[in-house]
Amino acid sequence: MARAAAVVGTGQTRYANRRDDVNIPELAREAASRAIEDAGIDPRDIEAVVIGSGPEVFEGVNRPDLWVGSALGQAGRPVTRIQTGGTSGAGATIAAFYHVASGLHDVVLAVSYEKLSDGIPSYSFSTLSDPFWDRGFSSGAAPLVGLQSCQYLARHAPKVREDHGAMVAVKNRKNAMRNPYAQLQMEITVDDVMNSSPVASPIKALDCCPLSDGAAALVIAEERRAKKMASRPAWFAGLGACSESPYAPNIDMAYPESCVRAAQLAYQMAWIYDPVRELDVAEIFEAFSFQELIWTEALGLCNPGEGGRMVESGVTAMEGEFPINPSGGVLSANPIGASGMIRQIEAAMQVMGKAGAHQLPGVRKSLAHSWGGVVQFSTVTIFAGEL
Amino acid sequence: MAAAEDKKMFLVIESGNVAQPFRWSAGTYGSKFLTEIRDNKKFWGIKCPKCGKVYVPIRSVCGPCYAEMTELVPVSDEGNLITFSVVSFGFVDPSTGKQKPVPYGYAVIKLDGADSYLIHYIDETDPEKLKAGMRVRAVFEEDGKRTGSMMDIKHFELI
Ligand SMILES: [Zn+2]
Repeated sequence: MARAAAVVGTGQTRYANRRDDVNIPELAREAASRAIEDAGIDPRDIEAVVIGSGPEVFEGVNRPDLWVGSALGQAGRPVTRIQTGGTSGAGATIAAFYHVASGLHDVVLAVSYEKLSDGIPSYSFSTLSDPFWDRGFSSGAAPLVGLQSCQYLARHAPKVREDHGAMVAVKNRKNAMRNPYAQLQMEITVDDVMNSSPVASPIKALDCCPLSDGAAALVIAEERRAKKMASRPAWFAGLGACSESPYAPNIDMAYPESCVRAAQLAYQMAWIYDPVRELDVAEIFEAFSFQELIWTEALGLCNPGEGGRMVESGVTAMEGEFPINPSGGVLSANPIGASGMIRQIEAAMQVMGKAGAHQLPGVRKSLAHSWGGVVQFSTVTIFAGEL
Repeated sequence: MAAAEDKKMFLVIESGNVAQPFRWSAGTYGSKFLTEIRDNKKFWGIKCPKCGKVYVPIRSVCGPCYAEMTELVPVSDEGNLITFSVVSFGFVDPSTGKQKPVPYGYAVIKLDGADSYLIHYIDETDPEKLKAGMRVRAVFEEDGKRTGSMMDIKHFELI
């Protein structure tokens, strides 16, 4: 059985379209230093470092761990780098958890970053696909999620409508106004979203996440140290990760098996039977507005086809019975390799009572989700305030 | 600090117009799949000995069964539209360096006789005129112009 471990400190940078005042190691260090400071420890207490970042081609620096590590206190310590696209950041946290849960290390730092402004994302994205079957058509994330969203809407029409996506965009950009790190803080209307320029049907400009520079970090400690470091640590209660192959037989982008499985694994580990009752809040990786509806269903927070109702009725609003993305989510900032960890940090902060202006009252258990690849990798992390 | 001042203060180093060529082996089955399209305008799939599912494009392992596949089976150049998106922003095709004209139709297609999905273009750019389940057919590049790539299929068209 794994040792108990908890998040004891978190750090984020402000997410911005472009940060020319820092290079990549400086950006990553900004978040790492804040996490170490938040945990109230000395950098020398860190026993191992795990780095998560997206594809090398995003920044044009191959093997960034060669360069970034020393800025994160890597000297004299083991370092690991995780790269699984959108799930890189969450994967780095999960790997850091393994370091502690296994008993190998007591205090581990996980750092993730992305500096998308260093490259041209639309060029980089097209080189992610295999060169034989997909590359010629691979035009980035929006067309892919356009396919996914179209399949989802077609399946559940008229119960789920295009304006349900717009409602998610409105809700999350409004939530972001209370998050000091968010990049897009906007008061917009459903009409604004519906009338914004077409990108990849049914996705319109305001249904899309921004491109971001930013970094995130967290410190994980074993039970005895965690209790000393934090008055209310965020304990890892459940973890699930799953992958499937793109365009394989029976793959269902509107209800992805990898997400369903990852959630089941995490719920099983956390002894959760009725997630929407037993959890208090979720931070989920909605790079495009329709994805919040799709993931809400695949995570078992409502039945298939009920995602639209969840947002329309206000259940998932900041004041609702089950708030989703009180931080503003990925629609408000997307430094890709860090975004999965940002969901975990936000979910952990809700449990720790440290979410500031977007803190929800009385959070005992929270969920963080991320996806990556061709809707192919999924992770689910559950935090609890009590061991 | 003003934005204009920022720009002067912080240096940006540019990579310039570098190009790094690669050469990718398509493998035994990938070569067969692409040469059959090039030479005979025919699609082939590969069948899993355990679950019987037919994969197009060809790959040599059935992921869910973790079984090696060797049996090639012919599949149709017609099939069903699974889902689609009409894309309105341009992107640069990394193999040609050319910008793809917009809007264009982007689609997931299941060929008759196959169980897996294929990604390609569809020559309809009005999302209102497209619907999942519609019948589609491959339109091949003319004889003499096919080179052994997925681009030997110009696009799919509605039947
Ligand atoms: Zn099989």
